[in-house]
Amino acid sequence: MSTSWPLWEVFIRPRRGLSHTHVGSVHAPDAAFAVRNARDLYTRRNEGVSIWVVPSAQITASSPDERDEFFDPAADKVYRHPTFYELPEEVRHL
Amino acid sequence: MNRFALVLGLADDALIAAQRLAEWVANAPELEEDVALANIALDTLGRARVLLAHAGEIEGAGRNEDDLAMLRDEREFTNVQLAELENGHFGTTIARLWLYSTWQLTWWEALTSSTDETLAAVAQKSIKELRYHVDHGERWVRRLGDGTEVSHERMQDGLDRVWPHVAELFTNWVGTDLIEQGVTVAPATLEARCRERWAHVINEATLSTPQVPTVPGGGRRGIHTESMGYLLAEMQHMARSHPGATW
Repeated sequence: MSTSWPLWEVFIRPRRGLSHTHVGSVHAPDAAFAVRNARDLYTRRNEGVSIWVVPSAQITASSPDERDEFFDPAADKVYRHPTFYELPEEVRHL
Repeated sequence: MNRFALVLGLADDALIAAQRLAEWVANAPELEEDVALANIALDTLGRARVLLAHAGEIEGAGRNEDDLAMLRDEREFTNVQLAELENGHFGTTIARLWLYSTWQLTWWEALTSSTDETLAAVAQKSIKELRYHVDHGERWVRRLGDGTEVSHERMQDGLDRVWPHVAELFTNWVGTDLIEQGVTVAPATLEARCRERWAHVINEATLSTPQVPTVPGGGRRGIHTESMGYLLAEMQHMARSHPGATW
């Protein structure tokens, strides 16, 4: 039966100032119902103050086949991490 | 009619509606709708619990919420018959949920200014919940009514089955002293707003207002439909088989 309703990806903002984070998906007949179903499934325990839904079919994802050329080249570029600065003694908690 | 009877009637409306709706758990047409209906039932049960406890306090005879929910017989329940009507098909359930929630919302909006502080507090919490329940009901009525030929037929059929019990919602059962004291309003004062809202949504959903005869009602006097006994048997059997049991 569930195959008759499209799938929606759900993003919840836990509180003001934070960004929406992907939490899972729901089935729903339209966008308005998707927001409501997401409310019932993903904010039952006060997890959020805002909900986004996106049709799962609209998401373009990278392919596992492309993993090597996508992600491996970054592996040997440690200079992209901000670990080469010397901090003065006086600066703490950074 | 005293304040105990008023609060108990309001509590029974919620308790029985919650129990009936909860029958959909693990049976709804979609998993997401299953959770939505359970969620609405839980809101409603929460309202019933506070009201039953409040009724027990007013009565002052030592009965708590559990005693009032589980140890009364059918004739002692004073909910409107609309609350107990069988789920039927999904269109019937949506029709009942929608009519019930719209009517309840107008009640509790009116009770936000009740001179009974507990009722006023329950009202503040309930109107937020009920707005959501009304929204859920209205969306389904529109979607099914203005959907396919089959969904339209089912939605209209559901409305036709439930509609005969609407008149009972507005018949007077509260004492004039309670109205004068500002504890409650007269049920009839809610009728115009409810019917206006229903007519609006029925029109949007391309449905028609049912032309069906009204049933006598009598829920407020403990007179119920045939299915009420079965509902109570299922709800109360555990508490009665094992008195005082805890876990």
